[in-house]
Amino acid sequence: MLVFEKSREGRGTSFLPICDVPEVLPSPQFQRKLPLQLPEIAETDLNRHYSELGEKAYGVNHGAYPLGSCTMKYNPKINEEMAGLSGFSEIHPLQTEETVQGCLEVMNLLEKYLCEITGMTHFTMQPGAGAHGELTGLLMMKAYHQKHGDTKRTKIIVPDSAHGTNPASATMAGFETITVPSNKDGGVDVEKLKEAVGSDTAGLMLTNPNTLGLFDKNILEITEIIHNCGGINYYDGANLNAIMGIARPGDMGFDVIHVNLHKTFSTPHGGGGPGSGPVGCKKFLSEFLPSVRSEEKDGRFRLVKAASSIGEMKSFYGNFLIVVRALTYLMTMGKEGVLQASENAVLNANYMLQKLKDLYTPAYNKTCMHEFVLSLEKLKKETGVSALDIAKGMIDKGIHPPTMYFPLIVHEALMFEPTETESKETMDDMIEILRDLYEEAHTTPEQFHSAPISTPVARLNEVEAARNPILKYDWPNEKGDI
Amino acid sequence: MKILNDLFYSKFHEWIKFDGESAVVGLTDYAQSALGDIVFVNLPEIGDEVGVDGSFADVESVKAVSDIYTPVGGRVSAINEELLDAPEKINQDAYDAWLVKFDKITEKGELLSAEEYKAFVESIQEEA
Repeated sequence: MLVFEKSREGRGTSFLPICDVPEVLPSPQFQRKLPLQLPEIAETDLNRHYSELGEKAYGVNHGAYPLGSCTMKYNPKINEEMAGLSGFSEIHPLQTEETVQGCLEVMNLLEKYLCEITGMTHFTMQPGAGAHGELTGLLMMKAYHQKHGDTKRTKIIVPDSAHGTNPASATMAGFETITVPSNKDGGVDVEKLKEAVGSDTAGLMLTNPNTLGLFDKNILEITEIIHNCGGINYYDGANLNAIMGIARPGDMGFDVIHVNLHKTFSTPHGGGGPGSGPVGCKKFLSEFLPSVRSEEKDGRFRLVKAASSIGEMKSFYGNFLIVVRALTYLMTMGKEGVLQASENAVLNANYMLQKLKDLYTPAYNKTCMHEFVLSLEKLKKETGVSALDIAKGMIDKGIHPPTMYFPLIVHEALMFEPTETESKETMDDMIEILRDLYEEAHTTPEQFHSAPISTPVARLNEVEAARNPILKYDWPNEKGDI
Repeated sequence: MKILNDLFYSKFHEWIKFDGESAVVGLTDYAQSALGDIVFVNLPEIGDEVGVDGSFADVESVKAVSDIYTPVGGRVSAINEELLDAPEKINQDAYDAWLVKFDKITEKGELLSAEEYKAFVESIQEEA
């Protein structure tokens, strides 16, 4: 039931304080003709409504959430405590610099730490998510080429294992995408890359480790090929959790990067987040950074705009309270903790892979990084039970399914990323459930096609949802539409 | 898996039917079954010029969005607008649900006969 359906005329809450400034009405042409349609609900009922939704949903507070490439790690509660401090939460973006020195210090400090972790020179906190960071970085690359009169550089090279957002962002930024195939080890096919580059190459977008959970050992050669032809290397930080504190994209030859604070740096992910995708770059690209950065001079912080800035990518300073949470995480973890997090993330993924690979076929049978991909093609042929069916079966056993049907180069793919915050016991439970499901797929395959049966709603009709989505609530009366 | 004898095929899983200088292109039955339920089709505009192996359309299934590449080059003379509202027709009968027509074929890429395509599909299935 939606909160709108619980609305009763005249009920309400007392959340909003009494207006203490004079009311001003806009001129008639800007006034609504009908009242705003908001649910009218008492605080008790509102509270219960969200508690009910919370019970129906499944989050990282309920159990493991091994979505590959999503890094659904635990979000420490101290992050929330810090973000809740009134000095951070009760400020206005138009306040003067002198009155928000602490906030500016937070932005400055996180930038320093992110630079240290990634090997970049500067960071902007403005982008609101990973793909938004990609677009930001690509527009900076474009601005660089344009400033140098290199307008024929219109092509971005993307490997076929890349996140779908990479080619999408490149297209949004006005580039043409060239796809380079993977080699038999799951890395970039270097020979094919050499054939693809030229004087029209604007740059390369790469995730390392890639979406197969594999570290590309040819990375230095790859980034050099791009540099030698005048291109710029973009690092998609989606998989940074595997190498944080151990290897730096900047040292691998990358020039511009986004990091996902909501993945690697333990800020809320999914359910609205909001996300945050700071973009970092080497010095030669710094002049194109969007918006303002916080710089320190003689103990005072001030906001500084880059000389040839690409402009604003989002309002004001990005999702500032997320920046507070990420900084809290890094300061809590410390230098040693950050390193240990990555090591354990890789260890956990390999533990699960080793315990599953005799039943489920690994897409690439080698040591993985923070995630691994299984191909259920053989299981589907033998039993008719697909990757989707196993994923739905996992829901009935009380765990969140992994990423499905991705990356596209693996058929019937299931992609697991346990993260460092799951214990051995939790992983052992998951492993046992997956081994049971494998057996059940052989003994009672038909039961899978109706799974899940234990959830508030049974198997959803994904096709119907995609073809005929219902995206807005229709009020039972007419007064809602203007 | 259905493969019709009187059509040509590409390694990107399109079928091509020639009629003099013009041709009709669609997705193969293997492609629709690998993609799963198709929920959206994006077609080119009439008059668009496409080169061999160029992407001229994309289809979205519940699994993924995939580009469709043409094995022939030419000018798009007609698009199957019916698919825009009813993309499921590709799943129902891939060989009836054509995507585009080209009125003047300017170049041809690597084309396979029905037999060759069948062998090709079997080889990639074995590989996996």
